[in-house]
Amino acid sequence: MKSFTNPGTEKLVTGIVGFDEITGGGLPRGRTTLVIGGAGCGKTVFALQTLVHGARRKKEASIFVAFEESAGQIIANAATFGWDLPSLAKKKLFFLDAQLSPDVVKAGEFDLIGMLSVLKAKAEQLKATRIVFDGIDVLLNLLNDDVAERREVYRIRDWLVETGLTGIITQKAGGETEQRLGFLQFMVDCVVVLRHQVQDGSAFRNLRVVKYRGSAFAGDEFPITLTSDGMQLTNRGPTELTYEVSDERVSTGLPRLDHMLKGGYHRGSNVLISGAPGTAKSTLSGLFTAAACARGERILYVSFDEGAAQIVRNLRSVNIQLAPHLKSGLLKMYSTRTRGPNVEDQFFALRAQVRLHNPTCLVIDPLSALSAKLSHLASADAAQQFLDYLKSEGITVVNTSLMDGLKTDEATATGISTIADTWIHLSYIVQDGERNRALTIVKSRGTGHSNQVRELSLSDEGVSLTDVFVAQGKVLMGVARWEWEQDQLAIQKRAKTATELKKLQLKLSQAEAKARLQVVQAEMDARAAEMALLVLATGSEKDLLASDLVVLREMRHADAQLLPKKEKTNGAHRGTNGHKDTE
Amino acid sequence: MKTIKAVHLRLYVAGHAPNSVLAIVNAKAFCEAHYLPGYKLEIVDLMDHPLRALEDGIVVTPTLVRLMPKPSRKVIGTLTDQRQVVLALGAG
Repeated sequence: MKSFTNPGTEKLVTGIVGFDEITGGGLPRGRTTLVIGGAGCGKTVFALQTLVHGARRKKEASIFVAFEESAGQIIANAATFGWDLPSLAKKKLFFLDAQLSPDVVKAGEFDLIGMLSVLKAKAEQLKATRIVFDGIDVLLNLLNDDVAERREVYRIRDWLVETGLTGIITQKAGGETEQRLGFLQFMVDCVVVLRHQVQDGSAFRNLRVVKYRGSAFAGDEFPITLTSDGMQLTNRGPTELTYEVSDERVSTGLPRLDHMLKGGYHRGSNVLISGAPGTAKSTLSGLFTAAACARGERILYVSFDEGAAQIVRNLRSVNIQLAPHLKSGLLKMYSTRTRGPNVEDQFFALRAQVRLHNPTCLVIDPLSALSAKLSHLASADAAQQFLDYLKSEGITVVNTSLMDGLKTDEATATGISTIADTWIHLSYIVQDGERNRALTIVKSRGTGHSNQVRELSLSDEGVSLTDVFVAQGKVLMGVARWEWEQDQLAIQKRAKTATELKKLQLKLSQAEAKARLQVVQAEMDARAAEMALLVLATGSEKDLLASDLVVLREMRHADAQLLPKKEKTNGAHRGTNGHKDTE
Repeated sequence: MKTIKAVHLRLYVAGHAPNSVLAIVNAKAFCEAHYLPGYKLEIVDLMDHPLRALEDGIVVTPTLVRLMPKPSRKVIGTLTDQRQVVLALGAG
């Protein structure tokens, strides 16, 4: 009665990661949900997890009616999930063994009236809010009568309405049973179908919400995985992207590359290093790893198809030392092999590793080992969700990806390039009989970055980035670059020599000028000396002139003439000249 | 046949539900027909003692349990199918 007045807007959280999102909050509270699925699809897990979540998180008691397996079997089977059912079973979770043993003899019609009255009493005793009828088809098959089956199912429905409990009924899918019990789907408020399929030799489990009265829901088929925490549904990522972003930079491990990125990768960002085989993708990952450890950060290095020891050895050859960090525990290497196309399990395993090691940085080398198998939409979703998860945890991720060219259509098919914040592409440039590595930054969100191609060279001493030269429309690398550099050196040398020559010439003329200056100076000194000498010998110039006049006057007796005075001075000048020459 | 085996049957019913009412009638008739006087037929109404079924592992109603003689046997349903009841419980 209660549920009629309360339309199915109220939801009951199942605790199944992803499922609560696609249904906008879980199952309809106070209503009945039918879970249909074949053998091994996880019907029981779905139902049980909902009860366990209620008991552990909401302190809601529940009842589990087991028609197909015994309670003991169910508890034993669920032991892998770490729900601690035995202790829950003592308090919040009541198991009713409703399994009819095979030696029970049926002698006429029967009904569930007694059981339901028992359950009602138990529910009141426990103050239970949730109930599961697991494997209802087993019981209904025993009735072996369409009318009786229908009658009992409606009896359960009415009972649920009366008690106000949230019910989950599970039923096997397929064959004649499903057809006969088809009416169940019309009767309940919510129908969830679980499907098990094998594709390329790998098993996939899917979940689809077929019907949900009074609520919007995502009707697509979603992949589900059984993990150590129970069932998880892979949603296509959160509809709203709400990550915390950081302006902090972390070093790439290569100073020159840090410079190209104006400081390094953003913390918590997703870096993609793509390139052909052997373009030093792992080496760049190794540099990042070593730099993280040097800063004292924890890092997880995930490698596919290559063992940890091999990676450590290979990186040692370019002077990247990881062994000490492995020893200190900062670095953890997790090597695994890619299996079938179902990569979801692998992502869940990776998630467990992340939780275990609690790193701030992560390397996946190569992610394409997985993405090669991402032809399945489901797997691509899993990859994206994993990366979303890392982002939400603020973990800086460096992924490498095997890619022969910069074919963007291929890259976007994997869906990885679109969520990469920084994309570094490594390529080979084959030219003049050699193969050289080139590094370019394809994109880097939120950071300025160089548009220049750099040459990446590896040696015993380490890794370095060198400018490449463009001449006549060609990028010069390797020997060509060396030759160019040599040419440049020669040109520089010539220019230097020419400058030296010019300098010398200038010095010479400077010396000449200086010498000339000395001659003039000496000449001036000499004249001054001569003058001094002359004065000494004849008195002052004035006296001389005066004495000359006196002499003249004396010689001409009385009246003096002015003209002969000039001749006398000339004669004196000649005399000084003659003196100079002899010096 | 001097020694009479002790017979103890218990019938679990659910109030006045048609199946249960029918089972009570059938059970009594069966006992009268197959057992000597002195048998014990106990009727437990789960509407009155709901938690009792849990202890005894009763799932559906009506259920007839033979407690004595051992080994215990269980028959579900209205007991209309006499042949099945005889097969399960023996003819005394």
